[in-house]
Order: sequence, then structure tokens, then C-alpha cells
Amino acid sequence: MSAAIRIQQVSKRFGSTQALDRVDLEVQQGEFFGLLGPNGAGKTTLISALAGLVRADSGSLTVMGHDVQGDYRAARRHLGVVPQELVFDPFFTVRESLKIQSGYFGISDNDSWIDEILENLGLASKANANMRMLSGGMKRRVLVAQALVHRPPVIVLDEPTAGVDVELRQTLWAFIRRLNEAGHTIVLTTHYLEEAENLCTRIAMLKAGRVVALDTTANLLRRFSVHALRLRTGGALPAELARDGAESGGWWSFPFDGFDQVETLLARIRAAGCRIDDLEIGKPDLEEVFVRVMQGPPQGQAN
Amino acid sequence: MRHSGFSTLLYKEVLRFWKVASQTVAAPVLTALLYLLIFSHVLEGHVKVHGVAYTAFLIPGLVMMSVLQNAFANSSSSLIQSKVTGNIVFVLLPPISYLEFFLAYVLASVVRGVVVGTGVLLATFWFAPLTFAEPWWILVFALMGGAILGSLGVIAGIWADKFDQLAAFQNFLIMPLTFLSGVFYSINSLPPFWQQVSHWNPVFYMIDGFRHGFFGVSDASPWLSLAVVGACLALLTVFTLNLLKRGYKLRA
Ligand SMILES: Nc1ncnc2c1ncn2[C@@H]1O[C@H](COP(=O)(O)OP(=O)(O)OP(=O)(O)O)[C@@H](O)[C@H]1O
Ligand SMILES: [Mg+2]
Repeated sequence: MSAAIRIQQVSKRFGSTQALDRVDLEVQQGEFFGLLGPNGAGKTTLISALAGLVRADSGSLTVMGHDVQGDYRAARRHLGVVPQELVFDPFFTVRESLKIQSGYFGISDNDSWIDEILENLGLASKANANMRMLSGGMKRRVLVAQALVHRPPVIVLDEPTAGVDVELRQTLWAFIRRLNEAGHTIVLTTHYLEEAENLCTRIAMLKAGRVVALDTTANLLRRFSVHALRLRTGGALPAELARDGAESGGWWSFPFDGFDQVETLLARIRAAGCRIDDLEIGKPDLEEVFVRVMQGPPQGQAN
Repeated sequence: MRHSGFSTLLYKEVLRFWKVASQTVAAPVLTALLYLLIFSHVLEGHVKVHGVAYTAFLIPGLVMMSVLQNAFANSSSSLIQSKVTGNIVFVLLPPISYLEFFLAYVLASVVRGVVVGTGVLLATFWFAPLTFAEPWWILVFALMGGAILGSLGVIAGIWADKFDQLAAFQNFLIMPLTFLSGVFYSINSLPPFWQQVSHWNPVFYMIDGFRHGFFGVSDASPWLSLAVVGACLALLTVFTLNLLKRGYKLRA
């Protein structure tokens, strides 16, 4: 079985900007994959190279085993891309846009699938509205719909939830999850790290065009983030305790691996005679992983 | 069932101008009609060309000028709009080859040119006795001329990053070439120097050959015109296809 996406040693330079620097990445069929990184990291450039919108200077990219240059027809038929920019054709209605997009992929009898997409994205009532008349969030939905008209096995969404309300986020992810369960490979970029943490089973982090972390979400959380007991105390902590924690904004944070350590910690604090004003348990989260990975020196390909 | 994306792209490009036909078809027909009214009023009775009354002589020129200008306008404005708004990605993401891309945009331009040209003809032919001496030339030059300007429109639409760059292309290249091509006069009435200059303008051959189809007489032989126009079309096709193949400005 060929990989859904295989990216090998791909580099791309725009003038003096090295947008992609020898990127290696493989996404297996059926995965829900997250591509994360700060603004300008190269996420969109990588997606564009995959979609044939940008030509890589070197390296090779395949979609379901089809080279995006040499075998571009097959590669593009297998790929659906939701672009980051909110673009639309003001000449057409929603349904016309979707029918035309189907036609570009050589599909003419697509009405039942179009209806299904419209229904699933909450667009059914807007089917005959002109694109110009839609709100930003509605246009975003159409953009997602357009990427799906040809039932691509690999779906790439470039920040699909930017500027989108809670309701659409939930509808959208529910639909995308169903597609994933039905066997579609999903690749997602987002700046909402909670979203990525909940959805993606594996994550790559990009920084200045390089892959600086690549692992399952669970492993990343384990490696870079921990549980922590966070508390505010009346009065200063003794040095012996402060050594084990870190203070910021009046909150002390004590990392721990197992919950039995919480008891010991609390006992030590009580023994030191400190009063606890506020207390919570911080779970490992992707945001912390992200911050740590981005602060750290580039470590090349993690594996 | 799968077919090629070409037919849909062609359909979409035709639909695009047809949906706003008042701007893309009716307006240019009206413009041509105004030219006819003004020029024929001023010059009818003063000028006879190839033994043809001036108004009759002018009509095919206006028709062909409309074909050419609208063919150019169609592909160039469609592409620049798609680029500026970003919706060009909808055409770049599907499995459409650069050859299909080229053919769709050029053919849609020809359709627009022919539709407007027909409109101008219908609006003007009853102003003067018009003959259709050798109709095949009419068709051949309309189609080839439309394709040439459609192709130029593709080049301009891809090259221009902004609307004013496209306007410059139009004002400094397309307009002079079409106006200085014998639409309003026979180049035989020009001083020798300007006659020579006109012979270097390919649009002159398009209009001259086109007019030959109506009257059976022209400044140049229609076969010479066919050769020049055919060579231009071949050259532009190769040039444009090469741009598209390289992904110039479309696929960075
Ligand atoms: N067409 C282009 N011409 C010049 N530079 C470009 C072009 N496209 C991207 N870049 C540059 O390449 C780098 C990577 O950009 P890219 O859009 O891939 O980042 P990104 O990770 O998608 O960022 P964001 O999260 O903001 O969307 C940036 O420095 C950007 O300025
Ligand atoms: Mg981006």
C-alpha cells in the first residue's frame, strides 16, 4: 500500500526566503495528520507544492503513489485541498460553483454527492445563493465543499477554521471525522492547538521550513509536556520546595509524573507551613509542546 | 462518468461573460454602432473605397474590430480577475493540462468575439448594402483573428499582476494595432510611409482578409493575409503554450 503522501527532501526558495528546507514527511493512508508551525513556517508552501500550485526546487512529492509533477493528473484526482485564503468566484451560485468544480475533475453526474456535502456542511439552504451574498463563514464552507466534490482519498485543509464560528467548527470537524472514519486521509493545519490535539493522531511541526518535530500526538505530549500541580500560596515557599517548581504570575508550578506524587507535594507544602489559596492540576497540552519545540534548537528530523 | 475538465472550463468561461452580457456583448455592440453613425455621417458621400460606398466599407471593419477587441478582453479580464481574487486556484488544482487550459480560454474568447461581431453585424448591416462575396474568408479570418487576440489576452492576463498593467497592455498595444489597421480607411489612401508601416501590422491583414470576404476585393491578397495571420497564430500559440507549460506566474 502506497503512502497517502510522501514528501522527500523537498526544498523551496522564494528570493532570499528558504520557505522549505529539505522536508521529509510521510503520511499513511487513513491517518488524521496535523501540520503545525508559526506564521511563515512553510505550511502553505508545502501544501501548495503537493497541489502543484508551487514547484519545488528539489525533492519529490507523491499523492497515493502518484508524482505531483510527472503524474499530475492522477495526483490531483486523489487530492482535495481547502486553500487558506478565502477565495470564491462571484459569478456563480453555490451549486453552480460545485458543479463546475466537479466538471473540472471530469465528473458530470455528481448531484447526489453535492447534495450530501451541502447537507453535511449546513449549506443546503444556501445552495442557490450567489457566492457574493454569503457571509465569510459560509464562503469557507463552500471552499471545503469544493475540495470534496471529486471524493478525494486525501484531503488537505489549510486553516479551515480561521475566522469561523463555534457551530461551523463542530459541524466541520464532525463531517471531516466521518470522512476519516470512512477511510479518507486528512491533513490539517491550524493555529488552534487544542483542535489539533483533539483531532490529529500524528503531528509534524515546521519551523522556518524545517521539520523540527514529528511524532504521534501522544508521544509529543509525553515527551514535551507533563502534568503539573499549579498553586498559589500565602507567603513565600521555602527554598527547598521552590527548587522543584517554577513561579510565574504568582502561580507555582510543580511538574509530576504520577498522581501519587501529588500527595507528597501537598504534604511537603503543609509541613512548610504555607497556606494554599488556589490550586489546580495542569494537564499536558499541545500548546506547551509547541512552545518548547519552537524555542528549542532545530533538532532535525525527530523519530 | 469521467470526461476532460476542458469542456467544463470552456463552458464556465462562456457562462462567465454571458451572465453579464449587457457589459460584455451589448455595450461593445452599442459602441460599434456609435462609431458607424458618426463616421458614416461625416464621410459618406466623400469617400469611396474599392468602389464601395464608405458606410458599407466601414461595417466589416467595425465588425472585425469588435471581434478582436472582445476576444482579447475576454481571456485577459477573466484571468486577471481570477488572479487578483485568487479563485484561479479552482482551475489550477484539478487535473487540467496546460493545453486544455489554453484551448478553453482561447475558444471562449473566440466565442465572445464571434457573438459580439454577429451582434455588430446585425445592428449595422441595414445601414448600407452589404454583400457576402466570399463568405469563407469571413469565417476564417474571424475565427483566426479571435484566436490570436484571445491568445494575446491569455498572455496579458497571466503577465499582468494588476488591472492597470492590463490596461497599459490594452492601451499601448491592442488599441493602436486595431485602430491603425484600416478599420476606418483603406491603407491605399495613406501616404507611402504609413502604407509601409501598416504592412507590418498583423491586424491589418486580419481586417483586410475579413473584408475581402464581403466585397471580393481588398488591399492585399487574401492568401497573403491568410499566410500572415496563420503564421501569427502559430507563433503566439507556441509562445503561450510555453508560458503555460513553465507555469509562468501561475505555478510559482
Ligand atoms: N509566492 C511567494 N513569494 C515570496 N515569498 C513567499 C511566497 N509564498 C510564501 N512565501 C514566503 O515563504 C515563507 C513560508 O510561507 P507560508 O505561507 O508557507 O507559511 P505558513 O506556514 O503557511 O504561514 P501561515 O501560518 O501564516 O499561513 C514565508 O516567509 C513567506 O513570506
Ligand atoms: Mg499558511
